[in-house]
Amino acid sequence: MELRIQLLSILASGFLLIVVLELVRRRAFLERYAILWLFSALVLLALSVWRDGLEDIASLVGIAYPPNALFLIAFGFVLILLLHFSLAVSKLSDQTKVLAQKVALLEHRQAATERRARSRAGRESERELEPIGRER
Amino acid sequence: MLAVVPAYNEAATVGRVVAGLRRSVPGFDVLVVDDGSTDATGTVAERAGAQVLRLPFNLGIGGAVQAGFAYARENGYDYMVQVDGDGQHKPEEIPKLIAAMTDDPALDMVCGSRFLSAERGYPAPISRRTGIHIFAFLLSRIIRQRVSDPTSGFRLYNRRAIGLFARDYPHDYPEVEAVLMVHYHRLRMSEVPVEMLLRGGGVSSIRSGKSVYYMIKVLLAIFVGLARARPVPEPGDRAPVAASQGI
Repeated sequence: MELRIQLLSILASGFLLIVVLELVRRRAFLERYAILWLFSALVLLALSVWRDGLEDIASLVGIAYPPNALFLIAFGFVLILLLHFSLAVSKLSDQTKVLAQKVALLEHRQAATERRARSRAGRESERELEPIGRER
Repeated sequence: MLAVVPAYNEAATVGRVVAGLRRSVPGFDVLVVDDGSTDATGTVAERAGAQVLRLPFNLGIGGAVQAGFAYARENGYDYMVQVDGDGQHKPEEIPKLIAAMTDDPALDMVCGSRFLSAERGYPAPISRRTGIHIFAFLLSRIIRQRVSDPTSGFRLYNRRAIGLFARDYPHDYPEVEAVLMVHYHRLRMSEVPVEMLLRGGGVSSIRSGKSVYYMIKVLLAIFVGLARARPVPEPGDRAPVAASQGI
């Protein structure tokens, strides 16, 4: 593996790791996403630094040019993350749907309760006013 | 008994639909589900004398109708009829649906079908009719019962069907999948011939440009449904939509 591409991959995966760590530090992630990202970044960085390991993996699966193995692994991570996000988004939109329905039902019930309360209050105040009306 | 009218930006027609329901089936409470409309749909419906359920944003037809099922279940209705807000279903035909259900108490869902009546064909464009017939053919094979109009949203449900669909109702184009759900949950359905009008106004949820997408999606739903990937949770089951617990 040529030195330039190795440096480039170390820089790129190192940068990714720093960004992820910083985001974790700021608590911008939920832990479950942080774990997946941290794992990806660490594996990529490790394989960029550990040249022999990457070359072994590449020859094991028959990739002539070791950096391609790195790209393949990175691509695998991206695919897993995307799949995971599709699942998360589906779940969220389902939960949102249920919430929207509940909100509408509750709003409707609350409006009905308020209407009833108001008409009861109206009747009571009428009763209080009646004698005054008669006096006049 | 409850009549549910899902409506998304149907201010032009929903008033007439509500008035027609109150005239034709006075025994039904009318609930309009305003699916996040940006026009006066909700106000018009209220003024016409309907209860209005206002969804905070647009959920699509499936979510809106499911809100109706939830309302029916919450308030203990025994029967619920679903009528489109665009005026294509005639409220005068509801007694036909009711008659079918009272004739055969084993039925859980009765659908109004455009294609069963001999007198007059449904005046829809040929492309839409072809699509409907393809679904009808497939569904009839799968559930081994003739279904002529699986996309019809003119339906009467009893308590069991209400309970099922309040828990789980398909998302985007729900009618076809709902037929499959009824089948898989061993509920019984039948169809009665009704007349339908072409839309009275507004824009259909199925626009022509999207009809290919619609076809593909519904076909996918049918075949996924075959593999039964949409279980309704029974008491004690894992929650279908739970907060995730890690990756």
